[in-house]
Amino acid sequence: MRLLTHNMLASNARGAVTGYPLKLQVVKWSTKEVEPNADFLRGILPKLDWPALVAATHALGLPELLPETPPTDAELSAEGAAEEEGGPLRRLHRALLEIHIEEGTLVCPDTERCFPISRGVPNMLLHEDEVRN
Amino acid sequence: MKLKQLEGLLGDLRQFSRPKVELEQYATGPHIASRMLYTVENSFEDITGKVVADFGCGCGTLAVASSLMDAEHVVGIDIDLHALEIAQENASDLELDIDLIQCDIKNLNLRGLLVDTVVMNPPFGTNNKGADMEFISMGLKVASRAVYSLHKTSTREYIKKAALRNCNAISAEVLCEVTK
Repeated sequence: MRLLTHNMLASNARGAVTGYPLKLQVVKWSTKEVEPNADFLRGILPKLDWPALVAATHALGLPELLPETPPTDAELSAEGAAEEEGGPLRRLHRALLEIHIEEGTLVCPDTERCFPISRGVPNMLLHEDEVRN
Repeated sequence: MKLKQLEGLLGDLRQFSRPKVELEQYATGPHIASRMLYTVENSFEDITGKVVADFGCGCGTLAVASSLMDAEHVVGIDIDLHALEIAQENASDLELDIDLIQCDIKNLNLRGLLVDTVVMNPPFGTNNKGADMEFISMGLKVASRAVYSLHKTSTREYIKKAALRNCNAISAEVLCEVTK
């Protein structure tokens, strides 16, 4: 599971208010490089929950990866932004699409219900009596 | 990617060895899957560069097809871990990155507008009545652009009406009819 998926996933456990954002506890993660797509990143930026994304990078032990405030569209559109190693576009790309959480836990912020991540797959299953009404 | 090439790659995917009847698991054939994704992209531009979710992905045929059609981010969701493991293998055999989530679609909680397109070959509700509408309803909640779904001819009119009346669909259209 990558952080773009984490940015949209919420808990549906009984007692959850929004169930979002899920707290991330990471045991093992990996990186796989892929080509950045500047247009995609510019399009997705306004739809992201930035604090949730930043919190997730902190949970990974990468507090330097993203700034506290999101990059601007101008920064992502700047000429050569996609090629600039360590630039805002590459950092956003890395955070969203290159980091894979392999083992860990997602914790519902409202109920503390834990959802294990095993071999990259979060298990969001709930028993019938645990589901939010 | 050419249609024939897409169909060929999907034809090599691993499928269920022992499908679970209670989950209405059946493979989405390479012929229909390739044409479905090809149409979704070439007529509606809803795959390439988009965030695509495959509901009830099973062994991941539609998720893999989306990824092969250059979706930027693909999420496959299924209740069955065994199916997800096969989907994982299928994706890695083709060196594709697909995120997988184990979840019952009716209990899914996906926030915001991040998912552009939902594709699915849902349970038809033969074994679990209403399962098809649960999938449609959740798809329409989650997708910010469109939901593409396969259904039986006998339920087609009902699904069109229910999607418009009960699930806030803006429009519902039959894109393709398969005849025997």
